[in-house]
Amino acid sequence: MTQSLLHQILDYANRADPYPIYEELRKTPVHHEEDGPYVVGTYYEIRSLLHDPRISSDARNLASTARDPLAESAQEGSALPPSFLRLDPPEHDRLRRMTNRPFGPPHSPHRVDGMRGELRDIVAGLIDGIGDPGRIDLVEEFSYPFPVTVICRLLGVPREDEARFHTWADTIAASLDPDPDADPTERGKESHEARMQLGMYLAGLIEERRKKPGDDMLSELATAKGPDGAMTTMELLSTAALLLIAGHETTVNLVTNGMLTLLRNPDVLQRLRADPRLAVPVVEELLRFEPPVQLVPQRTPLADIEIHGVTIPKGASLWLVLASGNRDPQRFENPDRFDPDRRDIQHLGLGSGIHSCFGAPLARLEAQLALAELARRLENPRLLEDPPPYRQNAVLRGPRHLPIACDGIRP
Amino acid sequence: MRLVVDLNRCQGYAQCAFLAPDVFAMHGEEGLLYTPEADEAQREKLAQAAAACPVQAILVDAVDPPAEAVSGER
Amino acid sequence: MNGDASLEQLRREGRVVIVGASLAGLRAAETLREKGFAGSLTMIGDEPYEPYDRPPLSKQVLLGMAGADRTALPRRRALDATWRLGVPATGLDMAAGRVRLADGDEVPYDRLLIATGVRARPWPHAAEAELDGVFVLRTRDDGAALARRLAERPKRVLVIGAGFTGSEIASACRERGLAVTVAERAAAPLVGALGGVVGAVAAELQREHGVDLRCGVMVTALEGDATGRVRAAHLSDGSSVETDVVIVSLGATRNTEWLAGSGLGAGPRGIACDAGCRAFDIRGIVTDDIYVAGDVARSPHALFGYQFLSLEHWGNAVSQAETAAHNMLSASSDRLPHLWMPAFWSSQFGVNIKSVGVPTLGTEIVVSQGSLADRRFVGVYGYQGRVIGAVAFDHARWLPFYQELIETTVPFPPPFPTVDRRPEGRRPVDADFPDPSVPTHGPTVTLSGYSPADRRMTFTPAH
Repeated sequence: MTQSLLHQILDYANRADPYPIYEELRKTPVHHEEDGPYVVGTYYEIRSLLHDPRISSDARNLASTARDPLAESAQEGSALPPSFLRLDPPEHDRLRRMTNRPFGPPHSPHRVDGMRGELRDIVAGLIDGIGDPGRIDLVEEFSYPFPVTVICRLLGVPREDEARFHTWADTIAASLDPDPDADPTERGKESHEARMQLGMYLAGLIEERRKKPGDDMLSELATAKGPDGAMTTMELLSTAALLLIAGHETTVNLVTNGMLTLLRNPDVLQRLRADPRLAVPVVEELLRFEPPVQLVPQRTPLADIEIHGVTIPKGASLWLVLASGNRDPQRFENPDRFDPDRRDIQHLGLGSGIHSCFGAPLARLEAQLALAELARRLENPRLLEDPPPYRQNAVLRGPRHLPIACDGIRP
Repeated sequence: MRLVVDLNRCQGYAQCAFLAPDVFAMHGEEGLLYTPEADEAQREKLAQAAAACPVQAILVDAVDPPAEAVSGER
Repeated sequence: MNGDASLEQLRREGRVVIVGASLAGLRAAETLREKGFAGSLTMIGDEPYEPYDRPPLSKQVLLGMAGADRTALPRRRALDATWRLGVPATGLDMAAGRVRLADGDEVPYDRLLIATGVRARPWPHAAEAELDGVFVLRTRDDGAALARRLAERPKRVLVIGAGFTGSEIASACRERGLAVTVAERAAAPLVGALGGVVGAVAAELQREHGVDLRCGVMVTALEGDATGRVRAAHLSDGSSVETDVVIVSLGATRNTEWLAGSGLGAGPRGIACDAGCRAFDIRGIVTDDIYVAGDVARSPHALFGYQFLSLEHWGNAVSQAETAAHNMLSASSDRLPHLWMPAFWSSQFGVNIKSVGVPTLGTEIVVSQGSLADRRFVGVYGYQGRVIGAVAFDHARWLPFYQELIETTVPFPPPFPTVDRRPEGRRPVDADFPDPSVPTHGPTVTLSGYSPADRRMTFTPAH
């Protein structure tokens, strides 16, 4: 029996290379199977839907008949209210504006730019600390600890607490994965518990920061009084949880996917070693070629909308497969070729519209620095397993481990 | 280096202002102001900013100014 | 066959002359070279400067972020052109294929592109316009002079005309902590471009930022002191304003006088051309070798009933220049129409204002997202039951959607709910544009370089 396209996308067996399935997906403008979500995989349609004000990100607008494991877990996980990722304007805009105040321009224009030196030091330290060059798990030794350290410093979360929130974060990230085989009730419970625990942990931290503010984002968020007023404690908890999770779950994959792709394209790796400035176009092409967030599974129309003759009914679950749009031959020449010299690269890797990735500039800098330094310092690096073992998650897709070897580490 | 931003394309994602804050500045939530002629020291950050623009609205000189001298000569 | 051969010869050794060395002229020249034009290229400009960008003049330059002499446009590629800068074109001999220059020179062409743009409309009373402290803002020299004067911290600045440029100037002055009075003939700022409903929001914005905004008044006279320096302005309501800097921001005049008597279809409304950018002559016959682009052009637009539009928009200049350049080198079947969707932006008082389509054609407006009171919204303009334009205040990321609505001629008012449709957005209201059938423009009419307000519609082609 042939598997439905939706199942194939979610099937772990296809995690290492979902792109042939996306090619199938793009043959119809809107893919829909009985009871399932409406799935869109072509570039122009995704881009339009990301800018379409009839499309909500708020799970409360999903019809009760829409079968969506995510909605269920979101309701179960009501330990924390929805973060701005799952809100519509004006609430979304207000919370995102307030969160941006201590993070970016216009109020904090130098925050991210000012982290360059710190990022370089963290990268250098992690590469220095690599044990046996004959067998490195790049995920464990580099691509996980790097963004975690960065987001902890940025937020003001003690790095030594990492072991505590790591499990919660993983559980919550897994709940974003629409795995059809998982028991939604069981998963909902786990995710609820994780959210509760993370919430309590962050609440304690925020209390400390309120008493004794530092120059970290959590302190500023907890004490800020801008034109939008202050966040409620619950809003603050949701926001902090979102930043903590999104701040590393995605960048891990960007860096790991990046090194994997470079090792599969040794000519590009060689060029990057010779010229670290190539990291800039490499990372943009990577965001197109292997985006860390493969699909956005949490949208719903507020009214019936029509795309090329297909009606997506009000309240239906709508998935936008960004990674498929990025490989759409109607938009990109030779889309399956990794080509950092591409001049036309308006990818969907970080989304578009009001929900476009909040941490994008930081993710870019992290990935650029990480890949340039790995390319420079690892001598003759090679893959020990291709494809490497992947994480279960189809949404936040990336290798669980990336076993590589090299001849040595350059100073 | 001369530069110009196509502000019809710009949607205020502010990537440039994050990555090259001495060249690009947000003016309010969404408005962008930039220095139309950036110092040579900004070259790398400017390249980062231009590459990161989600709508590819930033045009940086492809030609060094002296290479294309302009004068009233015939 | 013959045509192909002559086109090939044109590409190889033809002579292209571009009159107007600003944004449109530069982008056209670059496009010609990109398309493989190997012949001679002459750029003629009345200002002695290489092509520079004008929008920063009313923003970054007045804020002191950038010098007026540092707004030169970046180049996409080397041009290998002959530059004749600081020498205005003074005449055109269509039969002989020659452009006459102010220094008496004549430049022959096989293809001519006219991109002479517009200039600031001066204060109508010449003697008053001569007073020290009276400025217009259009050129790099204007910008440098005004920025210098603002740096001397005048006691009060008077801006005459609250179109986009006037409003941006007022915004920059307030940001520099200068006292500002704005005098506007209409009931609110920006009404010519966006109508009274949105104009009211702009008025609040100005007042909230400390602008002494006077609407519904005209400036009747400027008064100088014994040394020839401006000291006061007299208003139609009988009041007067003591001021030491006056900025006249009354829109623009098209630079077409040099074509008088040439036989080309050029006049105060601009130069009429077809959708392929070829200029019409005065008989309404399209020329083969003369093209037009940018602010000075008027061309028919399929989306807006093939009426002739003239667009003083930055993006239009770029797009039309590229189309004109392409068409200059192409056989008729390979030519492209200029179908650019009108769009402009303005940054003032910390708010990003963007628009698509043609709001001025709209008779009604509905706020489809956000709210006027928050100054974060999308306003949709309707005309004869279809969506014709949209404006966004700090809502730029939604505009591509509205552009699609305009392109697909969606009915007005848009019937669907949106993520942030408020009760006020349920019913359209009169967009409240000034009556377009009244052509009189007093001295305080409010037009600007980025405004579609003076887009003119006419059903007669050239003459």
